[in-house]
Amino acid sequence: MLIMEDKQKFTVSVYTENNIGLLNRLSAIFLKRHINIESMTVCESEIDHVHRFTFVVEVPEEQIRKVVGQLEKQIEVIRAFYHTEEEIIYQETAMFKLSTAYLYDEKIQNKLKLRRAHIVTITTSFFIIETTGLKEDIDRLYEKLKPYGLLQFVRSGRIAITRPKMAISELLQEFN
Amino acid sequence: METLKKEIKEKKSSKPVRVAGAEAVIKCLLEEGVHLAYGYPGGAIMPVYDELYKYKDKLHHVLTRHEQGAIHAAQGFARVTGNTGVVFATSGPGATNLVTGIADAQIDSTPLVCITGQVASHLLGSDAFQETDIVGISTPVTKWNYQITKASEIPEVIAKAFYIAKSGRPGPVLIDITKDAQFEEFDFSYKKCENVRSYRAVPETDITQIEAAAKLINSAKKPFVIFGQGVIIGAAEKELKTFIEKAGIPSASTALGLSALKTKHPLHVGMVGMHGNYAPNVLTNECDVLIAIGMRFDDRVTGNLSTYAKQAKVVHFEIDPAEIDKNVKTTVAVLGDVKDTLTKITPLIQQNSHPHWLDQFHKLYKKEEEAVINNQLNPTKEGLTMGEVLHTINSQTNGEAVIVSDVGQHQMFACRYANFEQTRSNVTSGGLGTMGFALPAAIGAKMGVPNREVIAVIGDGGYQMTIQELGTILQTKAAVKIVVLNNSFLGMVRQWQELFFDRRYASTVMTNPDFIKIAEGYGIEAVRVSERKNLSNAIEKMVASTEAFFLEVVIEKEDNVFPMVPTGASVSDIRLC
Repeated sequence: MLIMEDKQKFTVSVYTENNIGLLNRLSAIFLKRHINIESMTVCESEIDHVHRFTFVVEVPEEQIRKVVGQLEKQIEVIRAFYHTEEEIIYQETAMFKLSTAYLYDEKIQNKLKLRRAHIVTITTSFFIIETTGLKEDIDRLYEKLKPYGLLQFVRSGRIAITRPKMAISELLQEFN
Repeated sequence: METLKKEIKEKKSSKPVRVAGAEAVIKCLLEEGVHLAYGYPGGAIMPVYDELYKYKDKLHHVLTRHEQGAIHAAQGFARVTGNTGVVFATSGPGATNLVTGIADAQIDSTPLVCITGQVASHLLGSDAFQETDIVGISTPVTKWNYQITKASEIPEVIAKAFYIAKSGRPGPVLIDITKDAQFEEFDFSYKKCENVRSYRAVPETDITQIEAAAKLINSAKKPFVIFGQGVIIGAAEKELKTFIEKAGIPSASTALGLSALKTKHPLHVGMVGMHGNYAPNVLTNECDVLIAIGMRFDDRVTGNLSTYAKQAKVVHFEIDPAEIDKNVKTTVAVLGDVKDTLTKITPLIQQNSHPHWLDQFHKLYKKEEEAVINNQLNPTKEGLTMGEVLHTINSQTNGEAVIVSDVGQHQMFACRYANFEQTRSNVTSGGLGTMGFALPAAIGAKMGVPNREVIAVIGDGGYQMTIQELGTILQTKAAVKIVVLNNSFLGMVRQWQELFFDRRYASTVMTNPDFIKIAEGYGIEAVRVSERKNLSNAIEKMVASTEAFFLEVVIEKEDNVFPMVPTGASVSDIRLC
């Protein structure tokens, strides 16, 4: 038996061409290895026409190294990287929908100030609070607002920026 | 300067002509040098078939009896020629019937371009008749795939498909073309693809790694080479031979690497793996430097990884960076095309020989010969053995035949006992283990190398998985020789049931039809042999025939393939019985 190392959280950044079906191709690599994707974000990157996928997974480092090798092997993937929690700065965003009845509730007002959350919309029936932070920050606010009967709650996947330099533009030039 | 560049660019592209998408597909294939394709028509691919009819003098289409037959035939063609195999299928079931072959080609690194028809783009996602998401289905088993919805995309995408399928580590590519794109007219011009910006076909070779590898190899007392199909794909047979001869290294093959080096070469010490030879398996765990060349340490090669070559420093010559340290940790990884890296390392290698080390292989071979091989080749029991059939085929073809084997016991006997005199002679479904592969693959192989003898060696189980392709032989007159080794069992599963499941033969007993009548029904001359005295004559007759020939050999029912590395065991714990 292979001795499996302890699992840890990794953020995987994949720079790709912007093509239909690539999400399917990349997620299939995780699926084939029975790895659960905890969060995922896809958006345009800092380079024109280059997209960036950000996956968060919890696996042993040995495995993430192999997964990144397989991701990078895909034709339309330019480069793939993995980073530990210490190597990145990351944020998530969340929105909470509450009944307008609580709009002037002082406790809620205080909670919003503490969390630096703010109100983005108010209607006669509901208002929406938005916040950005670490997963734990959002978890905490969620727990605090839950007793008020959340009408809706939505949170994004992780977006991350690395501490080490990732020379994607230079890499792309090498390819050309 | 700019004008010069422009002129060069214009020379490369053909002048635009107005054509429909379907015709453009054929023109692209002709530009890529394709003159033979396999497939099966249907609604969504009909415009392309209409063009195949018009271009039949330039591009020969082989109608198989099932799409799986078409793709395996294309694989057989690709494996013996090194050229990209081309397959056509319609949407829906036509496309899904290709999936097994695509997965097989992916795991065995076979270059294929599969072109499927798709419902018209306005119907996509409407669950139209014969609509299936073949791009989604084939994604995990293709090197690349793409759906074309506009005719103007056709030249660029097909050029890219051929470049990707063949370059670097080859693999299957699937292009799905909606029916409206096949009808749509556009200005066609073609330019071959030479680069895809996000794809590096061959990784850069680091010369310091070559030097480090040479240093390790030069200092080794017990070096051992395992070569794989990468040597054949990279056309590096000569370079491999020069390298091992200079360094004097005993060399073993993986199943797919067989025939890259002549079986009888004095440094060829057999095949590694679950049913490989005794010596190379045992001595994997005694060598001091293990040199892997164009192979990927498949689990059937390594057995238990935690006890695999732990004493050895490992040098891995490999084109696919994702294979490095995937299964076995390397000391030195030499990335690049093996033809190039072997050429670069050989001058740095000291002329050497390792007679005592090589002798260890010979001694263990003797042990295997006494315990296993003699009983197979010169059996004293009444029943015919698979080994003796292979041995007789070998001697009557002087090792010059292409052996296309299916999957199971007979496959392992073919790999173990076939004598290969030239490269690209062992065609088998290695990674995926696809029963039913051999018959259609042999048809494709014969069309790829019509001047070579092509012999399909198949079990009675696998034969019946694609037996309908006898119809393709009837129609095309492909002179394929078919040998069915019939033990009325799914032999490999039965062997495992005998060894590991207390002989509970669950669903492995086969009640078979009269194979002779079936072959004759397709107009193929057929002979059945059940006694040893008739074997040699029957094979002689088969080899002498200039047409397709069917030979059924009734084999001892409960014969086993040995040696064997049981699942989870170490390669050095290989069993002789």
